Amino acid sequence: MTDFLNTWGLTAVIFVPLIGAAVMMLIPEREEETHKLIALLTSLLTLGFVAALMIEFDYGDAGTMQFVQDKGWIDVINSRYILGLDGISIPLLALTVLIVPSVIVYSWHHIPHPGNAKAFLILNLILETGMVGTFLAQDLILFFLFFEVVLLPMFFMIAVWGGEDRRYASLKFFLYTLFGSALMLLGFLALFFLAKDPVTGAALHTFDMRALTASAGSGIVHSTQLWIFAAMFIGFGVKVPIFPFHTWLPDAHTQAPTQGSVILAAVLLKLGTYGFLRIAIPILPGAATTWAPWIGLVAVIGIIYGGLACLAQTDMKRLIAFSSVAHMGFVMLAIATMTPFGFNAAIYGMVAHGLITGMLFFVAGSVKERFHTLDIKRLGGLLISVPKLGWILGIVTMASLGLPGLAGFWGEFPAILAAYNPANGLSPSIFRTFMVIAALGTVLAAGYLLWLYQRVGMGEPSEEFAADPGITDVNTREWLAWTPLLALIVVFGFLPGLIFNVTDPAVVQILDNCLQNADGCTAVAQSALGRG
Amino acid sequence: MNFLLLAAENATQLPLAVSNGTNWFLEHAWIVPLLPAVSFVIILFFGKRMPRKGAEVGVAAVALAFVFAVLTGVAWINHRDNYTPPAASESALVIDGGEIAPDQVVPAAEEAPTKGEVVTEGGGEAEQPTVAIHKSTTWLRNGGVAFDAGILVDGLSVLMLFMVTLVSLLVHIYSTDYVAGDRRYTHFFAFLSLFTAAMLFFVLSDNILQMIVGWELVGVCSFVLIGHWWEEKANSDAAMKAFITNRVGDIGLLVGVIILFFTAGNGSFDILTINSNIVSGGVSHTALIVAAMSLTAAVMSKSGQFVLHTWLPDAMAGPTPVSALIHAATMVVAGIYMVARLYPVFFEGMQIGGSSINLLAVVGAVTLVLAGLVAFVQSDIKKVLAYSTISQLGYMVMALGVGAWTAAIFHLFTHAFFKACLFLGAGSTSHAVHSFDMKKDMGGLRRWMPHTYLTFVVASLALAGIFPLAGFWSKDEILSGTGGWGLFGGTGGNGAYTFMLAMGILGAALTGAYMTRVIYLTFHGEFRGHGTPHESGRLILVPLYVLAGFALLAGLINLPVGFITGNNSSWQERFGHYVQPVAGYFPDIAQATPSYSLAIVSSFVAFAGIGYAFWYYFVKLDRLARATGESLTELPDGLVANSAVARAGHTLLVQKYYLDHLYTDIIVGTTKGVIARAANWTNQNVIDGAVNLAGRWSVKVGRFTYDRIDQPLVDGLANATGRASNSLGDGFRVVQTGKVQQYAALLFAAAALLGGALVVVLSL
Amino acid sequence: MLLNQFLLLAAVLFCIGVYGVLVRRNGMLVLMSIEIILNAVNINLVAFGALTDNVGGEVFALFAIAVAAAEVGIGLAIVLLMYRNRRSIDLSEADLLKG
Repeated sequence: MTDFLNTWGLTAVIFVPLIGAAVMMLIPEREEETHKLIALLTSLLTLGFVAALMIEFDYGDAGTMQFVQDKGWIDVINSRYILGLDGISIPLLALTVLIVPSVIVYSWHHIPHPGNAKAFLILNLILETGMVGTFLAQDLILFFLFFEVVLLPMFFMIAVWGGEDRRYASLKFFLYTLFGSALMLLGFLALFFLAKDPVTGAALHTFDMRALTASAGSGIVHSTQLWIFAAMFIGFGVKVPIFPFHTWLPDAHTQAPTQGSVILAAVLLKLGTYGFLRIAIPILPGAATTWAPWIGLVAVIGIIYGGLACLAQTDMKRLIAFSSVAHMGFVMLAIATMTPFGFNAAIYGMVAHGLITGMLFFVAGSVKERFHTLDIKRLGGLLISVPKLGWILGIVTMASLGLPGLAGFWGEFPAILAAYNPANGLSPSIFRTFMVIAALGTVLAAGYLLWLYQRVGMGEPSEEFAADPGITDVNTREWLAWTPLLALIVVFGFLPGLIFNVTDPAVVQILDNCLQNADGCTAVAQSALGRG
Repeated sequence: MNFLLLAAENATQLPLAVSNGTNWFLEHAWIVPLLPAVSFVIILFFGKRMPRKGAEVGVAAVALAFVFAVLTGVAWINHRDNYTPPAASESALVIDGGEIAPDQVVPAAEEAPTKGEVVTEGGGEAEQPTVAIHKSTTWLRNGGVAFDAGILVDGLSVLMLFMVTLVSLLVHIYSTDYVAGDRRYTHFFAFLSLFTAAMLFFVLSDNILQMIVGWELVGVCSFVLIGHWWEEKANSDAAMKAFITNRVGDIGLLVGVIILFFTAGNGSFDILTINSNIVSGGVSHTALIVAAMSLTAAVMSKSGQFVLHTWLPDAMAGPTPVSALIHAATMVVAGIYMVARLYPVFFEGMQIGGSSINLLAVVGAVTLVLAGLVAFVQSDIKKVLAYSTISQLGYMVMALGVGAWTAAIFHLFTHAFFKACLFLGAGSTSHAVHSFDMKKDMGGLRRWMPHTYLTFVVASLALAGIFPLAGFWSKDEILSGTGGWGLFGGTGGNGAYTFMLAMGILGAALTGAYMTRVIYLTFHGEFRGHGTPHESGRLILVPLYVLAGFALLAGLINLPVGFITGNNSSWQERFGHYVQPVAGYFPDIAQATPSYSLAIVSSFVAFAGIGYAFWYYFVKLDRLARATGESLTELPDGLVANSAVARAGHTLLVQKYYLDHLYTDIIVGTTKGVIARAANWTNQNVIDGAVNLAGRWSVKVGRFTYDRIDQPLVDGLANATGRASNSLGDGFRVVQTGKVQQYAALLFAAAALLGGALVVVLSL
Repeated sequence: MLLNQFLLLAAVLFCIGVYGVLVRRNGMLVLMSIEIILNAVNINLVAFGALTDNVGGEVFALFAIAVAAAEVGIGLAIVLLMYRNRRSIDLSEADLLKG
């Protein structure tokens, strides 16, 4: 087993969903139950592989890549098939392979209009391949490939199974992200041509992320670095989304089917922040230090702005979508500090946001299914009409507003904490201002989320739904899909070490690496514990 | 037992805390919060199926926790007097590898007695140092550093364990009757348990990160319980207001904790580390004052200080037991506890010693008077008590602000009992008349409810600070702790806080007066409600009597030094002795000397307040009511009716200083209305507009390219090539007739020609 | 040697055959004309073989006869099928190869 994992484990995790999808293509569409079963088994198998990997993983050495695979791929451009798993990837990988089965279980009776379980589930599995691949790829071209693979299934999911305005939303989503990716690819190519070996000074001509990280931008003129970073910033920033590139998000979320929204919120947004953590900052730390205050600025603008926009929403899904803008703002602020605390907080924030906002969209989908509306004004009294759903919404709302004891807090508080003392070379006074603004954002978060809960959860249910027999409480499938997420939200709330302990060595490693090379890296030389 | 001297002689180091080798109960104090936490889970999942709907689990768990807390308390008393910490060399042995973190060790020289703290107390004999019990385990790793979670057990936390479990137990018992038949009975008990667990978790925290967790958890329990009857919007509004106001204060908490983490803690959240670093100096004063002021904001929201107190009166929308437990005795003192726990931050940051004004003291002093005034115009009995709570919390904050640490904690302790008693008494009356409105539905209740009346009066007298009830001792200690009694010989203390002393004395008068008003309106005069009131059952009365008993006697455990028995009595300053740490993690504060003259003056003022109110209600109003035969609640020709100034003041009080208007209408209204809508508008029209514009322009450019360039030029060229080949083909097509013979003819002709050509070529 | 006579005969037969192939509309007659062409060639082969005392000429002639027999078999089959489908063996009507 260990041998298999070492040689094939990561490849298996990536391609098992694709194989499942291929098998499903051979089966006629009318055999819906078979399709659901195959999709579920495939995703569970993937989950099993990841679980095995996590058991085999050497946590004492979480800072180095494990289960590495390195094979020739496109020799002409020296792009290789490199996969690897370290402490930064593990939580996100686990999140991905957990969300997909729960989406499939949820889909059992909830295939959105116009049906066709086969195509819908195949798209889900292809999505899984893309997402998993992105988190495992250690070659820029391979990364880019998987990054783009994700786009199409999501495009079709919105365009075919979406709401009334789906064409507009799906196209906007697709074009916006593609626009960002194009710039990102430019950045990658520039790295390929410009990066040099820190010791010998010879041109690297490689897309290997490990080699590029080790070179940490050495040999690239600072002003050029700034442009390359800017290209990647837009590429990843659109995906996150960073203010002001966020406008595709509310439309996509509002129009997407529930499953699409869940995957979009839980995993897709993380591809962008992961890109910052894994690629943009470690490879170009010098440029990152120059850009960091600006990233921090757009992050805190996002926090406040997203919060304010939430207060003005009348649609539950749209409100949750804007809350994502605010929450990802915390993640970006944490990243902008360029400290171990910040990076750890960012990863925690990503996982927590994935679980919590994923759950929020699940609940919103179930509300929509029962009440046929998400208009906050018309809803009310969920705690009376569907008490269990109301409770779940309550817990998730509390988690989302960053209540300690639930997962959201550990993304938010350390992010604010890290902003007090950013990496050397960054202005503490600027970041402390950001810190206070971000703390203000927590009040807004409490405001809009509690307002939502008060209107939707509390009070008496309105009369138009009084006699509707379709309004039933949480059913078994929903419990099956949701219980793991809810349990993790609580567990991660009390045992933050579960994630921090895994990510910390990798984060320290990645930041330490920045320190030893290249210009600007010396600036990050001290970790952020106030001893510098 | 002159340990310090010994330690100094041997030049060894003195541990602030030990992790084991003491009493089992002290080392396992974490069981106390665990019990109600387990009970919460059990009630939540199985409560509805139990014979008493889960209440029995809650009561049993809290009762057990109370027993544990008492045993822990006994163990602490024993430990405080008899424990000799091992010397440094031995203390290294104490440290187990692995899970238990090393105990903080500070050179003895740094915290050796320099001022009065150790020497003066009890008259000359050096006080034995406090050695706290500190156990922790790794919680998370971040930046290569491990962060611990654990318990810190010393006098303060043991006191809180005792107080919280006791009040919680009584409230649990009371609630089994009071909320019987409620539609969310099980849910109510589940959250009482969770609250108790969270509060105990909070007071046992050994680091400030853990404190934040506890702080927020009690906040959310408060939210849930205030909004217990959330079907009515007013209740859920109150719950939201409580939560969001507290969130505003939490900004201060987060910022303060972060500053302490980086400056005082040097990258540690540990309370002992932070405190001892500050006490031993070397922490930037600027950082400390910013941290202290940030944390003060948190105190203002959590402990209901001006100007963030407005949520607390609204929080009375929750069930009465909740008001008693959360909004009188325990949660609202979390702010006080936090200040007490991190006292060096405030003491050094605000330079409490040797000053006469600081933020904490001013906030407390202003609050205690302003809240006391508003209490006069409330007609809802719970709101009067809520404002009274705010006022009393003001006393505690003021006491901490002037350096009277023990007095503040002592007042926290006594206040918990008499205020809980008052709230539960108010609940008992409302149980009888189904209303909290004193003016409309109460009056003359003493005839039907003698037990409630008795306990209520005892608690009121304690609150008003009448000798020898609990409130007298604690309030008097605060007043003398201000050190402002300078005109008449002085009381020592940490500075000359004359303004605070004046406010404190004024507050005493107000307290007496508004409580007299409540008693008259509730229990005297004619009954103004409907139906016939009845006395409550035993489950309600027993907690009332227990609490009244504490209100009567709790003050005696901290008799001032020199009172009656002279110095060196084993009955004096017991509370201070066991609760106030004498250790390297506690600042060097001076103790005020008690003053007979001050006690007499303040008692006189309190009596004056009571007397005036008595004259107004019991004499004038009562006489008028008898004369007219009506049941009056205020004099028709009183001050308010006659004086414009008084009327304006009255309106100001009724409007609660217009703070609610400021918050709800102006701040929240603007944010939610104008600003949020503007943000949304910007999003839709400016940012998204730009995106759409870019999209539209791309389409336009594309169409232009297609129509004007691609189609006519590029595509035109390609088409031309195609067309040319086509016409060529058309030309050759005629040859293809399809007749084999013609093809053959062509073949032969061609062969003949070629043959001819061959002949010609060969012949050449 | 009478070679000239043989060659002349063969040339005449060849021209008759070619004429038949190009002009006759009846499929059967075209086939027969092809046979005439082949036999013209055979005469040439035998004649040259005799002249040069080489037995290869006769061998080739026999080979050509055998191939011709096969060719006639297939040709007759095509004509038969054509007749069956069209009720005519007029080659001028068979113009499906028209471009």
